[in-house]
Amino acid sequence: MARLTTASGRRLVAGIPTLWLLVLFLIPFIIVFRISFSEVRLAIPPYTPLLTWRHGSPVLQLHWSAYRFLFTDALYVSSYLYSLKVAAVSTLCCLAVGYPMAYCIARSDAAMRPVLLMLIVLPFWTSFLLRVYAWIGLLKNNGVINNVLMYLGVIHHPLALLQTDFAVYIGIVYSYLPFMILPLYANLEKHDGTLLEAAADLGARPLRAFLRVTLPQSFAGIVAGSLLVFIPAVGEYVIPTLLGRTDQIMIGRVLSDEFFENRDWPVASAVAIVILLLLVVPIMLFQRLERRQLEAAK
Amino acid sequence: MNAMPPAADPDSAYVRIANLTKRFGDFLAVDDVSLDIRRGEIFCLLGGSGSGKTTLLRMLAGFELPSAGTIRIDGADMSAIPPYERPVNMMFQSYALFPHMSVERNVAFGLEQEGLGRDQIRRQVGEILDIVKMGGFGARKPHQLSGGQRQRVALARALVKRPKLLLLDEPLAALDKKLREHTQFELINIQQRLGVTFIVVTHDQEEAMTLGTRLGVMNHGKIAQIGTPSDIYESPATRFVADFIGSVNMFEGRVSEDGADCLRIQCGELGCTVRAERTVSCTRGATVWTAIRPEKINISRQPLAAAGAQQAGSAENLVRGTVRGIAYMGDMSIYLVQIDSGRMMRVTLPNIMRGAERPLAREESVWLSWHGSSPVILTE
Repeated sequence: MARLTTASGRRLVAGIPTLWLLVLFLIPFIIVFRISFSEVRLAIPPYTPLLTWRHGSPVLQLHWSAYRFLFTDALYVSSYLYSLKVAAVSTLCCLAVGYPMAYCIARSDAAMRPVLLMLIVLPFWTSFLLRVYAWIGLLKNNGVINNVLMYLGVIHHPLALLQTDFAVYIGIVYSYLPFMILPLYANLEKHDGTLLEAAADLGARPLRAFLRVTLPQSFAGIVAGSLLVFIPAVGEYVIPTLLGRTDQIMIGRVLSDEFFENRDWPVASAVAIVILLLLVVPIMLFQRLERRQLEAAK
Repeated sequence: MNAMPPAADPDSAYVRIANLTKRFGDFLAVDDVSLDIRRGEIFCLLGGSGSGKTTLLRMLAGFELPSAGTIRIDGADMSAIPPYERPVNMMFQSYALFPHMSVERNVAFGLEQEGLGRDQIRRQVGEILDIVKMGGFGARKPHQLSGGQRQRVALARALVKRPKLLLLDEPLAALDKKLREHTQFELINIQQRLGVTFIVVTHDQEEAMTLGTRLGVMNHGKIAQIGTPSDIYESPATRFVADFIGSVNMFEGRVSEDGADCLRIQCGELGCTVRAERTVSCTRGATVWTAIRPEKINISRQPLAAAGAQQAGSAENLVRGTVRGIAYMGDMSIYLVQIDSGRMMRVTLPNIMRGAERPLAREESVWLSWHGSSPVILTE
């Protein structure tokens, strides 16, 4: 009886997330995937069906036009490349800022660590949208930063900070930094201090010991943090829309415009599928790395 | 205060520790330790947990800075030298092998820091791996090795730079008993082959006695006694040392006769007079402790046969008791004997003959006796 309960309990525990993924991820994905092979039409729904009946037998109609369109219009390719560039630069900046922070927290007094981690997570208590809007107030021509610099006499004309790549980087780094710090901290916190002593004992100065011992061992944390920043940054919509350039848009904006402005569902779906394909490659690399690490830990 | 010229007597004091003290807050981990270690010896620091032995070792390696006192290695003051510049290497208790590097890379790490050429590094790594019998394992990662193999790699990594001084922190603690015994002798072989001075920290007295040319017994941050294993075992200086090393029967008593070559001690707890050959200076009436090792006591059914040269009835170095417990260990047997005063005594007897015709049984009445050279008289 007890056995039965644990077995069904286990099935329940595994079943809920499976169901969740099925209903909220897999089925929507299939719908989007299917729409991407249709063509636009002025109807409800606004795309052609895949299966049509002709002379009593079903005919499959796959249209590649949405995908073909992505590669004929330069807007899409340049948006993809721009998104990848923004995500990559932001990820590197997050790493450059986040690694020292995670390192310091992991090395700090054990009693201080929860407080410091709390400070990292604290911004999440305010709405993401509000925080991005706040950056407009800081970066705009008569915003806080320009006003202070002008008051101090450092500059005489306001700097164009808003609607630049720089503003997008600031917005993304600011918003996603905790996603970089937390996995890095989790990794660095587990490091064995005697390994650094061993390195010093064998003649390695502190910097060399860091490069040869700490850095390679934190690689999994670097990859995890980078993916957590890079993946959402590629599809980021709010930050570039509010802070970014107007002459160059990111792919998340393209997707939303196709969907809501142009009502071109097939192209919007194709854009989404291509993003997904672009992101699957780094995710698979990460999983392979994780598997290797797991084997090493055995 | 210790203005000894560094090169005055290099062979007698290769490592000279003078008035070394380490405080952690209010806690005195190492308390005014002065100690000379000779070139090429294996010096074992033996003590329980919290005795300060590991802190002393970490100060030698440079991981802890002394609160007071100096360390000189081969004449050079180590006070201002960081760990990565000391001519000292350490083998860590946890081995501290770099998990992301192969065995070869681990061992090569120290040589790479010296900026040696690739070929020379490869040659030296190969040599040292052969010495520790890990020649075929260069490409393995630490997690692919057994505990004994990891221990060898850690030793190779610490030795490959040919340090002046090798510090070993509980080098054999993680190995099982059989492997530990085997490795002890191998460690001595390697040490003699390379001529490196070893300082070994251990809590295991057997390990210390096997490995060490000399031992330093530590207690509460101080050195309780320094000497060869047999010095420490046969002539302990204090009750702590006598009790810490091996097992011992200890009785409080009072000096009743202070002869030219022997002492007589009245031991109420023992129920007889102890006659001991003179080894300490003490006066009549002083309180002393008599320590007798279990293997230095005869056990027999007849008092005369056991007492040997003693006259019957004098009851010197002779007590009667009852066997309360017998532990057969194979090579020897341990007898727990309750003597007539009520105290328990521990006696060990080697099992020389196979199947002795009439072994002692529990609850059998026996006589315990010992030679006048056996008891050690301790004043503190």
